[in-house]
Amino acid sequence: MTLDDLSPGQQGTVTGFTSDDPPPRILEMGLLPGTTVTVVRLAPMGDPIDLKVRGYHLSIRRQEARQIEVDPT
Amino acid sequence: MPTAEPPSAPPRVHRIALAGNPNVGKTTIFNLLTGLRQKVGNYSGVTVEKKVGRLAGTAHVEVIDLPGTYSLNPKSLDEQVAYDVLIGRMDGEAAPDVVVCVADATNLERNLYLATQLLDLGLPVVLVLNMMDEAEASGLTIDVDALQERLGVPVIPMAAVTQEGLDALRAVLLEGPPAPPDPTQRPWTLMPPVATAVERLEAALRTHAPDLPDDARFFEALRTLTNDTALDAWEARAPDYHAAVQDERATLEEQNVPYRQAEVMGRYQFLSPLAAQVVEKQSEADDETLSDRIDAVVTHRVAGPVLFLGVLLLIFQAVFSWATPAMDAIEWGVGALGLFAAQVLPDGFVQSLVVDGVIAGVGNVIVFLPQILLLFFFLGLMEDTGYMARTAFIMDRIMRKVGLSGGSVVPLLSSFACAIPGIMAARTLDSHRDRVITIMVAPLMSCSARLPVYTLFIAAFIPAGQVLGVIGYQGLAMFSMYLLGIVMAFAAAWVIKRFVFQGPSSYFVMELPPYRRPRLKQVFWRMTERTKVFVVRAGKIIFGLSIVLWFLASYPKAEAPEATANQRAAAAQYAQALDSLAAAHDVPVAALDDPAALPEPAEQAAARVEARYEMRQAAAEQAAASYQIRNSFIGLLGRGLEPVMAPLGFDWKLSAGIISAFAAREVIIATLATIYSVGETDEGSVDLQQALKADVDPETGEPVYTTLVALSLLVFFVLALQCMSTLAIARRELNSWFWPAVMWGYMTGLAYLFSLIVYQGGQLFGFG
Repeated sequence: MTLDDLSPGQQGTVTGFTSDDPPPRILEMGLLPGTTVTVVRLAPMGDPIDLKVRGYHLSIRRQEARQIEVDPT
Repeated sequence: MPTAEPPSAPPRVHRIALAGNPNVGKTTIFNLLTGLRQKVGNYSGVTVEKKVGRLAGTAHVEVIDLPGTYSLNPKSLDEQVAYDVLIGRMDGEAAPDVVVCVADATNLERNLYLATQLLDLGLPVVLVLNMMDEAEASGLTIDVDALQERLGVPVIPMAAVTQEGLDALRAVLLEGPPAPPDPTQRPWTLMPPVATAVERLEAALRTHAPDLPDDARFFEALRTLTNDTALDAWEARAPDYHAAVQDERATLEEQNVPYRQAEVMGRYQFLSPLAAQVVEKQSEADDETLSDRIDAVVTHRVAGPVLFLGVLLLIFQAVFSWATPAMDAIEWGVGALGLFAAQVLPDGFVQSLVVDGVIAGVGNVIVFLPQILLLFFFLGLMEDTGYMARTAFIMDRIMRKVGLSGGSVVPLLSSFACAIPGIMAARTLDSHRDRVITIMVAPLMSCSARLPVYTLFIAAFIPAGQVLGVIGYQGLAMFSMYLLGIVMAFAAAWVIKRFVFQGPSSYFVMELPPYRRPRLKQVFWRMTERTKVFVVRAGKIIFGLSIVLWFLASYPKAEAPEATANQRAAAAQYAQALDSLAAAHDVPVAALDDPAALPEPAEQAAARVEARYEMRQAAAEQAAASYQIRNSFIGLLGRGLEPVMAPLGFDWKLSAGIISAFAAREVIIATLATIYSVGETDEGSVDLQQALKADVDPETGEPVYTTLVALSLLVFFVLALQCMSTLAIARRELNSWFWPAVMWGYMTGLAYLFSLIVYQGGQLFGFG
């Protein structure tokens, strides 16, 4: 399951990435294996998505979210 | 006790660098430290907007405000610049003596990521925990002592908005740099297989690159292992090392070790427990904050876009109508100054230069200051509240369709003020493709320099009526100009993406900072700061060009043979009429100078003679002035271009204005003001609007400028790239003349094409 499968309000834990080389910016912003992440809401046209991670709001596109594997909690 | 230094020793801190994530109040702290005595770089140097100030209360302690970054691992230009300054590789200046790392106390964990990178540089670091007041208000308690102990650097809690903690920070800085951290004693660790690989590579570096300093080896090994660009540089420098790195990578890949993520993971594995240790939350539950509740509306599926459009409309309506009283006042002031100068200065060359050249030219641009200030005010407000990031969030999907990204929204919105900061703001885009496309279309956003042109021609030629009694035609016309620019920018972006850059699209990773109450002082300060940059730039160009233009319109001196003959004839007739009048009433000619003393019939006759003479004299003067401009250098230029511009509806005067406007758009106002005020010899300044409306073709008696001509000109100004500074900045940001050349070509081509369509189409349908 990847991050874009979670619906708004759902929480999950990052387990890994679908590619060997995920965008470094995503890692630096703190989305790493083991991180708890909540999908807060979607943008007006369903993309990008607003995440809550490490206590702050981070916005990424579905396309990036698809590269992030999660375990829903 | 520190050992006492001899009194003559200079203070030990000479250069302080301020680093930190975006939106942490870094600039507020910079302003507090420097007391607003600072220099904002005039786009010189490589690419960075360099802000340098002097620490208040000191003679020569320099404070450098680095661009806000999340990381020092150079991916974007901002990060590259920040990194280069910190390691002393920028502008030949030494590395700073101390780095102040500003962190947001409400979001400590992610903010400390940059701090761990700064610690690795081996420079003395002071950590500022800003927004402590907000952290407390949201129920967070931070154990400052514990944090200080774990990081081994001074930690200063602050609330920059209330200046709390400022004295403590100043005291630490003035005391001298704290002990630098030992770069070999990193608080974070790599996962074991990667750590061993890096150790082996460090040994390889010692062999293959003995000139590399000891403390640089670890990071070079790590960077070459995890970053392809860093590795590529070694292919030529030391092929053996290049091969060694590739071997290590292959081994790690075989073992399924995510080595590319190792550094970031190592840092966060140190930071997560640290944050848990020092930050105490009053409630564990993720309460819905006020910010969340605002976002529920602002980014709502329907309300969000509607609100965004509303905000844009409000800004344009405000810029157009609220600024009017102030603009009227300035216009009156410039007129009064012109009259005053005309009275004080003796007739002739100097008076003409000052009144018709400088005051008329500069005055006609100063008039637009209120609008520019308002625009900058609104943009500052959007940035300061956090709404700017939401516009990117809302717009990303649409922007992506045309080849841009949500991150392009801020550069493009800034371009409404001026393309220069807009193009520079594109630096925050990580993707080269997004960055190039954003820069290429940014000049199509209607900048503040176009505003004077729009205002002048809309006010003069678009009727003042209202649609449905609410929205004025003029406001609507203004909005349409902005809309045209936006639509064309999207179209151009789509074409560039479709035909120039193919391949996978970029990524979009953006923080949505919490909404904050705007600090009006900050907004006002930034507004004046930006306006100053605009005025200085515009002022320099326009002051110089006003003089040049006045010269071009005044020389070569041409005397219309007919007009001079008419003038002479009028004078002769006048003298004759006076003579016969005097003879008829049997008074000396000199007595006619005081008509009131004459008997009644003679007085009336004298007045008639006088009036007739004045009329003929004025007509002759007007004809002479008109002849002068037609035959001046600028008239020759304009007439030379007229055949090319005539299909767009532009006569030689507008053509001359457009030529001059290729230096900078607003110069057309100065040119037209000069043309018309040189023509109006007895008045200091001129109401350009009235002059344009009153200009009639001497042969047909029809007005020279119609609404259709005005529309065609407006469209031309929306689309044409008439700004040398934009070209210069694009060249610097993209490091090539290719893109700026394409930019100039496509925009000017579009301008000609669309003006042609408007004018010819309009005539076809019987307008104008």
